[in-house]
Amino acid sequence: MSFDNVYEALTGDGDARWAFGTGFTDPLAGVETAVPPGVDRADLTAYCLMLGDDALVMSHRLQEWCTNAPDLEEEVALANIALDLLGQARLLYARAGHADGTGRGEDHYAFFRGEEEFAGVRLVETPRGDFGDLIAKLLVFSTWRLALLQRLIPSRDPVLAAIAAKGVKEVAYHRDHAARWTVRLGDGTDESHRRMQAGLDRIWPLVAELFTPHEAEVRSARSGVGADPADLRAEFDAVLDQVLTAATLRRPDVPPDPGGRRGLHTGALGLLLAELQSVARAHPEATW
Amino acid sequence: MNDLYEVFVRGKRGLNHVHVGSLHASDDEMALRNARDLYTRRNEGVSIWVVKASHITASSPDEKDPFFAPSADKVYRHPTFYDIPDDVPHM
Repeated sequence: MSFDNVYEALTGDGDARWAFGTGFTDPLAGVETAVPPGVDRADLTAYCLMLGDDALVMSHRLQEWCTNAPDLEEEVALANIALDLLGQARLLYARAGHADGTGRGEDHYAFFRGEEEFAGVRLVETPRGDFGDLIAKLLVFSTWRLALLQRLIPSRDPVLAAIAAKGVKEVAYHRDHAARWTVRLGDGTDESHRRMQAGLDRIWPLVAELFTPHEAEVRSARSGVGADPADLRAEFDAVLDQVLTAATLRRPDVPPDPGGRRGLHTGALGLLLAELQSVARAHPEATW
Repeated sequence: MNDLYEVFVRGKRGLNHVHVGSLHASDDEMALRNARDLYTRRNEGVSIWVVKASHITASSPDEKDPFFAPSADKVYRHPTFYDIPDDVPHM
C-alpha cells in the first residue's frame, strides 16, 4: 500500500511502527563543532561553564521538588523543567570540554569541580524554600535566561547558537509556567498572595547579579559569541512588570547584594554540591 | 477546587485525537498545560484536547447489549465487497 495509512505505521518494522513517542531529534545534528577562527577558546570555555552551571544548579533545585510538589501534575511539570535545564547543562559542559582542548566530558565539570570553580549566579543555589519561593525564583530565572538565550541564537559559535535555539523553546515554556503560577498565587487568596510576595522579596537582592557582567561575558559579547547581561535588564523589567501587575504583586524595593560570577557563593552551594557530587566522587570509575 | 479532565492527544502519525488518560486541574488552561507535561513528554503528540470529565456523556455498561450486540452479526456493513482503488487513503 502506498498511501499514508495510520494502521500501516503501526504494523511495520522500526521506529515508524510506534504511534507515539517517535521522531526524536539531536539538537546538534549537522552543526559544525570546530571552534571558529578568531574565537577565544578560554573565553568560550568560561562562558559555556557559566551558562552550564546556572542550568545544572537550577535543575538540581527543581529536582528537589520531586515527591514534594503540591500535586502530581505540578511535580511532573517541575521535573520536565529540571530535565530541560539538565540537558542544556550537558550540552554546554560538552562544549566547554571541546573548547578548552582537554576533551573532558560533561561529568568532569558537573562532579569534579569544587564550589569555588562554579561560576553560576547565586540566585539558583538558594535553598528550596516554599512553593512561593520556587515560583519567584523560576519566574526571575526563566525570564532572564530566555532573554539571554534569544541573544545567543546568532552567536558566532555554531554550537552555542544551536544550544540557544533549542533552549529558547524550552525556557519560553518555563517562563509561561512560572508567570501563570505567579498570577494564580498573587491574585489568589490572602495567604497565597502573602507567600508569593515573600518569595519575591527574599530572592530580590540576588537579581542585580544576573545583570552584572563578568569580563569573560563582556569579551564574549564583543566578539559576537555571547551576550552582555547588562543589555538584558530592560526586557527583564518589562516582562516582570507585566506579570507582577497582573498578579497584584509589587516589585520588591530592597538593596542589591552585589556579586558577579567570581566563585563566591552562598553557603547553600557547598551543601548542594556535596549531595550532587557524592556518588560520582565515591565511585569515580563507575559508568552509568 | 480541582476538576477531573480527560486528555486526548493527536500523535504525529495518527489521524485523530486518541484518549490517553486523565488529570486534575483548576481550570481549562491549566488542564491543557498539565496535559502537555504529563502526556507529551516522550514526544507523543502535536495537538492536545482536554475536556472536563463531567462534560462527557458515556454509554452505560448496563446498556451494552441493546447498544452494541445488534451490530455483531452484520458483516455486510463493512465495505469489503468492493475493490478499493490504491489511491484512496484512510478507509
